[in-house]
Amino acid sequence: MATRDWLGLKEELPHRRKVLLTVLSFLVPFALWCAVSYIPWLWHPNVRITVPGDVDYFVEDMDLPRADFERELAKVKAAGGTLPEGIRVNPVYLPAPHRVARAFYTAFTTEPRLPNEPWLHQSLGPSIRTILWGFFISSLFGVPLGILCGSYRFFSKLQEPFIEFFRYLPAPAFGALCVAILGIDDGPKIAIIFIGTFFQQVLVIGNTVRKVDPALIEAAQTLGARGWKLVRCVIIPAAITDIYTDMRILLGWAWTYLIVAEVVGTMSGITFFINQQARYRNFDNVFAAIGMIGIIGLTSDMFLAWLGTILFPWKRKHRSRKAKPITISMVAVQNRGEENPAETKKEVPAAEPASEIVPLPPPPTAADASTHQVST
Amino acid sequence: MSLATLELPDYHEQSPEVAARFQRIKERPVVLTVRDLRKSFGPPGHEHVVFDNLSFDIHRREFITIIGPSGCGKSTFIRIVAGLDESCGGEILLDGRPVSGPGPDRGMVFQGYTLFPWRTVKENVMFGLELRGKSTSTAETEARQWLEMVGLSRFEESYPHELSGGMKQRVAIARALANEPRILIMDEPFGALDALTRCKMQNYLLQIWKRVDVTIIFITHDLDEAIYLSDRILVLGVNPGGAREFIENPVPRPRSVAQLLSPEFLSVKARLDDLIHTPAGEDEEDKLPVIKMTAAGDEVE
Repeated sequence: MATRDWLGLKEELPHRRKVLLTVLSFLVPFALWCAVSYIPWLWHPNVRITVPGDVDYFVEDMDLPRADFERELAKVKAAGGTLPEGIRVNPVYLPAPHRVARAFYTAFTTEPRLPNEPWLHQSLGPSIRTILWGFFISSLFGVPLGILCGSYRFFSKLQEPFIEFFRYLPAPAFGALCVAILGIDDGPKIAIIFIGTFFQQVLVIGNTVRKVDPALIEAAQTLGARGWKLVRCVIIPAAITDIYTDMRILLGWAWTYLIVAEVVGTMSGITFFINQQARYRNFDNVFAAIGMIGIIGLTSDMFLAWLGTILFPWKRKHRSRKAKPITISMVAVQNRGEENPAETKKEVPAAEPASEIVPLPPPPTAADASTHQVST
Repeated sequence: MSLATLELPDYHEQSPEVAARFQRIKERPVVLTVRDLRKSFGPPGHEHVVFDNLSFDIHRREFITIIGPSGCGKSTFIRIVAGLDESCGGEILLDGRPVSGPGPDRGMVFQGYTLFPWRTVKENVMFGLELRGKSTSTAETEARQWLEMVGLSRFEESYPHELSGGMKQRVAIARALANEPRILIMDEPFGALDALTRCKMQNYLLQIWKRVDVTIIFITHDLDEAIYLSDRILVLGVNPGGAREFIENPVPRPRSVAQLLSPEFLSVKARLDDLIHTPAGEDEEDKLPVIKMTAAGDEVE
């Protein structure tokens, strides 16, 4: 019964429904956008003049609020001149889907207005480079520090209180300082991404590492692991998949700092492109560029998810099946499945050898047979 | 309780074979000595003493089970032996040397399997061997032998989550034994398994124990399991905490399921039942306050 329920609490949905809902999650906002764009009586607060008529300041292709148009229309009617005509349109900052779709293509083919302005694809390069450098440098220090904080009380107490304080300082506030120290080129931009990422990273990874099952650590201790080996051979591998997930979320945060970072110093990258296009009122290009950030983010995350299933084969539920990328929103569901032994048990009908009490083969270590034989 | 009404022999009575066997056991060297062990929780003055003056010897290749009501400190005791907890007094000697901290000489099998999910079955067994500095190929060969011993050769490349509970626990046993520990400590290892798998695992364990030079301390709350497996049974109590009795198990070896109804078995079981279930003052808690929430005449008994 429960599987037929669309709204079963924490209930796993059948595959087809999941696909359907995934498609809908994109389709619903898109349909809303289409509705507002194409249904003329929905919103459309402006009027675009097609025939200026006898209003002296009306020109063709001019947009003005509907109320103003009605007022002028009434005036002309009363005076008895040629009536102006117009169609209802949305403001220029909300282009229709087909125009944005076209911009996705034309943005790559239209030459920039000024010779020293970048093409769209040229502006994406520096943005991606800035993100990757910022994230790389942050991870270089943040991941080891997070692991140390999660593993040892000493580092946790030594580092985390200050980091806890620092993470509340908004990264953009350091913009001017970064420019003063690092110049106006890429340095301060990378620094902003670093500041935005690093402090969260240490805390998040520290927390993940602290959540490693203590029973695994105890088991390793009784097998002779201690000190640094315990961290290297048990704590890190036990936490690595969760750290990987954290990193994917953090990379998403790094993207959100990008726009702020690129305003610092000389404006560059995708931000420069967006601002420039907005200035020319090419809002279809603006939407195309923003959409492109989303697409780059989502595809890179899906790539990382797929990479995760290659890197961590033990996370795959069924090895026979093809590796399936797990999006961030699915991670929690998957972990829940693992923590519940009853649930995993059901899924593993791994055949226990049918004849259970097989005579055991001779022992690998020669039991001291002569004197201490257990009498049977 | 009904067991007490049966005509049963005294559990102290041992057949000549069993008596001779205990004689031989006592002639073996002592592996583990527990001397005046004490453990308490809470602030000084308001301490809750778990056990005090716990003292006994365990001989080489003995199979000891520890049983007692919940809260008697059986897990605490073996965690101290394993070095995972600290005692508050007294000492534990392994082969005459005091132990402190966990070490590979005391292998442990936990109720929750605790296999490393990122390692295959074989790599799990290799873990301790690698830590001891053995080369990968040596460790691999030895791990294979141990897996063969627990009958899981076919699954050496599987990951733990692909195994059933009983299989996981056999891997855990192989992993602990691969380190060739002096004693193997087992904390309710079969507690999470269903009755059928549990019975199989008990037989596996006895077979393994016969073939390996290892002394076993086994915690359980199942009376049958305690008797079926053990040479001696340590009964711990609560209020006051500590050892109630260290029973020499009169049930002869080899063990089989048929013995579950033998007079010796039942006499020990009756004794364990008495020791565990009649501490003063507990009976009141057994009965729930009578509040009826069903209609009159709707009796289930």
